[in-house]
Amino acid sequence: MKLRKVTELIAEKFLMLCSSVTTLTVILIVIFLFSEGMGLFKSSDIEEGYALVVNSENPVSKLSPEQIMEVFDSKVTLWSEVGGNDEPILLFRLNDLPAYFTEEEMGDELQYVPQCIGQLVSKEPGIIAFVPKMYVDSTASGIKVMEEGHIRPGDFFDGKYWYPTSQPAPLFGVLPLVMGTLWVSLWAILIALPFGLAVAIYLAELADSRLRSMLKPVIELLAGIPSVVYGFFGLVVIVPLIQKGFGLSVGETGLAGSIILAIMALPTIITVAEDALRTTPRSMKEASLSLGASHWQTIYKVVIPYSLSGITAAVVLGIGRAIGETMAVLMVTGNAAVIPTTLLEPMRTIPATIAAELGEAPAGGAHYEALFMLGCILFVMTLIISISVEFINSKKIGRQ
Amino acid sequence: MKKLSVLLAVLAIAVNPGFSQKIKGSDTVLPLAQKEAESYAKINKNSDVTVTGGGSGVGISALLDGTTDIAMASRKIKFEERAKLQQEGKSAVETLIAYDALAVVVNPANKVSKLTREQLEDIFTGKITNWKEVGGDDMKIVVYSRETSSGTYEFFKESVLKNKNYMPSILSMPATGAIIQSVSQTKGAIGYVGLAYLNTEVKPLSVSYDGANYVVPSFENAKNKTYPIVRPLYFYTVKDNNKVKNFIDYMMSEQGQKIVKEVGYIPVK
Repeated sequence: MKLRKVTELIAEKFLMLCSSVTTLTVILIVIFLFSEGMGLFKSSDIEEGYALVVNSENPVSKLSPEQIMEVFDSKVTLWSEVGGNDEPILLFRLNDLPAYFTEEEMGDELQYVPQCIGQLVSKEPGIIAFVPKMYVDSTASGIKVMEEGHIRPGDFFDGKYWYPTSQPAPLFGVLPLVMGTLWVSLWAILIALPFGLAVAIYLAELADSRLRSMLKPVIELLAGIPSVVYGFFGLVVIVPLIQKGFGLSVGETGLAGSIILAIMALPTIITVAEDALRTTPRSMKEASLSLGASHWQTIYKVVIPYSLSGITAAVVLGIGRAIGETMAVLMVTGNAAVIPTTLLEPMRTIPATIAAELGEAPAGGAHYEALFMLGCILFVMTLIISISVEFINSKKIGRQ
Repeated sequence: MKKLSVLLAVLAIAVNPGFSQKIKGSDTVLPLAQKEAESYAKINKNSDVTVTGGGSGVGISALLDGTTDIAMASRKIKFEERAKLQQEGKSAVETLIAYDALAVVVNPANKVSKLTREQLEDIFTGKITNWKEVGGDDMKIVVYSRETSSGTYEFFKESVLKNKNYMPSILSMPATGAIIQSVSQTKGAIGYVGLAYLNTEVKPLSVSYDGANYVVPSFENAKNKTYPIVRPLYFYTVKDNNKVKNFIDYMMSEQGQKIVKEVGYIPVK
């Protein structure tokens, strides 16, 4: 008797330990995500360790990241376009130095480089030099170091351009990525939901047991296929179909991503929804039938309302799968970071961006932190969806 | 106490074998260095060569920290990296091991067969959007690129776009295979791939940097340097590090350079 009590106690404690460890892990991951991501807004808007230097005669003392990019892309070629004198802009990067000075002038240990830069900048009124801070002799006459700011939340959340590796000033505008994710996931779920529910109802209510025992493993098999296989299938089969079907110039579109995601979300939706439908008590169904309701009336007046919370769970899990999927989407949506206007153009989603870029982003740098910030956005998006579904669900149950 | 010191000595030997050489850097050079290391290990049984990727910049900064013996690089060491090495009192020794060429490819149905560098720049930065502007059919240009993390992306940006940024609506693909697949099934497509990946599903373009001589991307043209989009692949070592001499000698030998060709790069000899 005593032994049983002890084992029960141990089992209880073990279960409690497991659940607290799980909760703790989730909380720690969230804290890690946000603490890494928040660092972004403390980062300088010019690449770490570098400075922009101009001639001291130049009235311009601050450029926004977008202006810097336009200047270094030669889209802006006159200082007057960014509020300065009527002077052509001369671009200078450190690697151009050997074109202006000889090895001797730079010194055999490169010790005279700061003087060389100072000399060059003070001589050229229209120059803008992008050089490491350690080579800037700020006391030298004739040169001016441009003010640098921090990356502003407004530029991040409302920015339209995603140029994370642009030098000297990267642009982190997440709007195209957020919109891309929403478009692709929303349509994926709109495609998957009717199909998934139909299959679930068929399996739970209509199919005979032999057909069911054949269909179920096939559907569950879909969940076990690696996502990169789906991605390749999409690229080779679905992308050309969309291109021909809609007469587009390019087949890698948000729609291709939505279709692939819908296929990938189907097993989750079908399995969970079917299990929910099956929980309807036999007595309720029989009561409905005995009142003269047809089979179909029983399904949508009794079975579906009864299992609504389970169906909602299926939808939430399906959306979760769609929003967070990386590899398949990476291969078929074209990954162009532009704000989408229709479903039939290339899009870039948040998970695909993180998967493609995190590997090469220097740890702790602005790019790295921006990717973590993207993770935070994704987290908040899924959170909002599950909370709102939960909310709608509780409303419905309350009404009945 | 004695036992402990013996244990420590054994551990030290186990962790740090005398013949161990570490190679780190460019992901472009990685497959080549791995193949070379494998066949080198067949000849030198007691050698231990570890090859890891991470990118050219990562390799050179590891050389700076002393955590690698050889840094692989798919570009020449930057002036600033040389400056940093100088500050540490080290000087880099450069070994040219192979060349890699990039081919600009279009769909086989495309009439256009040659472009200048300026035209390529305008296409990839979004100034030219229709094939008829460069002598082709009236068809929208669909531009494919690699992801920003790829060394190929950086090299193409430097060499062809002269450091300008790609246009925002460019389609970025996660792998070279995906670019080939997409270009082969999209009529208006243009993209760039390593020379070794060229196949019959896509059409390579002749490229001209001076506006007069158009050169077809091929092993021969890349080797005699008439084809312009070629990058050298380097090994960087710190001066007076004799540990790595044998491996580099092997790489430059006839056998080693044969592997270069097998992997799909252009031998230097």
